[in-house]
Amino acid sequence: MTSTPNRWKRFADWDERPLRLDKFAVEDASNGFAAFTSPADPKPGIEVNAGRIISLDGVLERDFDMIDLFIARHHIDPDITLEAMAMDSATLAHMLVDMTVPREVLVRLAHGLTPAKLAETVSQLNALEIAFAYQKMRSRKTPGNQAHVTNAKDDPLQLAADAATAVAFGFDEIETTMRVSRNAWSNALACAVGGAVGRWGTLFQCSSEEAEELRIGMAGFTSYAETVSVYGTEKAFVDGDDTPWSKGFLAAAYASRGIKMRCTSGAGSELLMGFHESKSLLYLETRCLCLQRAMGVQGTQNGGIDGAPITSTVPGGVRELMAENLIAVWLDLECASGNDARTTESEIRLGAKIWPYLAGGSDLICSGFGSILKYDNSFNPSLFNGEELEDYLVLQRDFEADGGLTPVGEAKALDVRARAVAALAAVQEELGLATPTTDMKQSVVVASGSDDTRSFSLRETSLMSEKIKAQGITVVDVIKALAKRGFTDEAENLLSVVRLRLSGDYLQTAAMVRGGKVLSAINDPNNYLGPGSGYRLSAERRAEIVNIRDVLDQKEVLRSEAMHEKEEAKHIRYQVLKPAELSDDKKDVVIGISPGFGLKLFQTTAGHRLSDVLAQLTKGIMAKGLIPRVVRFHHTADTSFLGLSAASLAGSGVGIGIQAKGTAVIHQRGRLPHNNLELFSNAPITKLHHYRSLGVNAAAYALGQLPEPIIVPQRGEAMGSRYHARTAMIYAIETALTSENAAPDEIKVDFLGTKS
Amino acid sequence: MTRPRVIADYPLAETQPETVLGPRGKALSEVTLAAVITGDVTMEDLRITPHALRAQAEISRAANRPTLAENFNRAGELVNVPQDFIMATYELLRPGRAKSQDVLLAAARTLRDTYHAHAMADFVEEASEVYERRGLFTHRF
Repeated sequence: MTSTPNRWKRFADWDERPLRLDKFAVEDASNGFAAFTSPADPKPGIEVNAGRIISLDGVLERDFDMIDLFIARHHIDPDITLEAMAMDSATLAHMLVDMTVPREVLVRLAHGLTPAKLAETVSQLNALEIAFAYQKMRSRKTPGNQAHVTNAKDDPLQLAADAATAVAFGFDEIETTMRVSRNAWSNALACAVGGAVGRWGTLFQCSSEEAEELRIGMAGFTSYAETVSVYGTEKAFVDGDDTPWSKGFLAAAYASRGIKMRCTSGAGSELLMGFHESKSLLYLETRCLCLQRAMGVQGTQNGGIDGAPITSTVPGGVRELMAENLIAVWLDLECASGNDARTTESEIRLGAKIWPYLAGGSDLICSGFGSILKYDNSFNPSLFNGEELEDYLVLQRDFEADGGLTPVGEAKALDVRARAVAALAAVQEELGLATPTTDMKQSVVVASGSDDTRSFSLRETSLMSEKIKAQGITVVDVIKALAKRGFTDEAENLLSVVRLRLSGDYLQTAAMVRGGKVLSAINDPNNYLGPGSGYRLSAERRAEIVNIRDVLDQKEVLRSEAMHEKEEAKHIRYQVLKPAELSDDKKDVVIGISPGFGLKLFQTTAGHRLSDVLAQLTKGIMAKGLIPRVVRFHHTADTSFLGLSAASLAGSGVGIGIQAKGTAVIHQRGRLPHNNLELFSNAPITKLHHYRSLGVNAAAYALGQLPEPIIVPQRGEAMGSRYHARTAMIYAIETALTSENAAPDEIKVDFLGTKS
Repeated sequence: MTRPRVIADYPLAETQPETVLGPRGKALSEVTLAAVITGDVTMEDLRITPHALRAQAEISRAANRPTLAENFNRAGELVNVPQDFIMATYELLRPGRAKSQDVLLAAARTLRDTYHAHAMADFVEEASEVYERRGLFTHRF
């Protein structure tokens, strides 16, 4: 006896989906697995005595931990807090989504709001309201994006090529890190050179150990830093080997060196570190954000970041990531809004994750987008990576949304990569670091990822990196080397970035460089107040975004058909005999072809030559002993009407209608136009033998038989997305050839040595 | 310039490039590739100045970002503090590096007396009080 499986097989199908690689966690506030609220979260509250905060969210001053204390002293504005905290959180929530309430009003109130109050307010918004409020509250009007540029070998040639490529795609910032920490200097030099190809203004950071990162910045290679992490509980902070004061000191140190800086925080870090105090993810992250404003950093990288995957395992986790971004911008911080760590194996979940940011914009939509392949991402794979970059470009086009990127054609991509590799090789030679061979360089220029390269080994790179550090090489040495070797544009571009330090303009909130000018929340403030306000695509920017590669137009379709015309002439000859008439021969089966069939159009959407298709149809009819007769119609290009018109002329009363794109129908005299005998609508997957079977069945109907209908099997291909653009263009060519009331022609078809 | 900068003064490099100078008095327009090649411009000329950070602090304040302004003010005080002392002070501020409050207070004194970094010194003193109260002067490794 065979056992009967006691399971709906669909679950087995689902087991195979990438989604099932994602693991989900049950909601459990006491163990830290709660997105928005936990019984341990404090109730909002503030007490002020003589301008001093003496109680914050229910904690008395003497019991403040160092985070409470830092927030009470440096974030809460005693002149505003009583007014702001007296407001109902539901009222504040309404104001966040009320497009007529300017963001300045809400930003002012935020200076007096405690972490618990901010979290309680935002918790009342659903996902769409959070996204809408984010669009209104983010500080800079123009959206931007950041790329990761790393590789599995820390190969400097590839870093330079990939940095230049990222710049070409329009990233406003690029961030690198290393597989081996001592390679930091080599990575920094390589990305600085690559990032100077094509245009100037892409800001660059080299994520490394705090002290080393600052040294690299002082040598002029980098222009910003963002891996200054803060945490929402005292114990997690100490375990992270810092305090609010050490990080605040670092914030001042970076600014004192003219280097832009933002902090990093995000839900889930305290949970991962084991010190969550049973508080909700949102509440802990809100503490982090109040701390950051208190420290006086211009911005944050938040939205889970390394904690995004674990946050996405709990109910409402992804909504929480959006909520914490909203609190960041409500606190008037620049927001590099996460969308970096790959939170899921499901492409549906990741597409849904990115959408609100793409539609509404963000200072840096991803922090960062993996511009390189997944396996080359030394931060771990991003939400979007080199593999999916074109998907992102198409999303921009679909929604006419500015995701910060611009499509790059193949020739330009190759150009900038070759230029970057040549520039870096010249610098390496000038500075006595290395002499890369032609083969090394060429392998990198065309490489999609480090698997394809024959370049430096990790050890060789380490030696180079240590030499850069030991010799005290600075960006000035690199600029001189570039200039000496004729890379004048790159030398100028690199100098322009370093020169930003003199004015410090780019230290202001949400600063980036566009078209050689600093754009920040100061001179490009988000002024969203409803439709027509805030950021809108200009006609020029829209033209850039829609310009993806391989877009069909009718000329392209005709060009490709013209290529097949000559070939078809070797296989078939159509000869107009006379006006077609009704036959009285019972064996007569008419094949009605469309106006452009074999005249303007020569192959079906499946790629079959029309001569082969017509040959199969006639063979099928003849196989049943009947006689095929080809008639070209001019009054219609519609399959049903072609079929019915053919049937009307056929002595047997049965006809086949076929369009040049391969769509076919069997019809019978006297039936309603759309009530046919058999329809072959999926031309792109219809094979030649199906056309023969179609001929056989048409003849069978003509003989009064009821044959087994022909099924063209499909496996759920998205026929519309694959073929409809081309199909509609082909069909338009056919309809343009129709002429009302034009009489059909009887055609003599000669097959000239047809091979199929 | 006597009046504080306002939002309309931003970006300084575009609205008043003549007021943007490097530490050795080089104007923005003098920081050219040609000058770098001849050695007239060195890394030293590519550093921000206390003056620029004070100007940015004024702009931040005008944009209702007082905490950012305070950070720029602290930064302005650190511009001329040697890198080694900055890194040493940062290290001391990390948990458990200083074994007593006195060590941090001494660093604050140096900031105030030697480098006239008053706001930064206040900041470090505040840290020393909090670390004492929260027991951070403990051995960690």
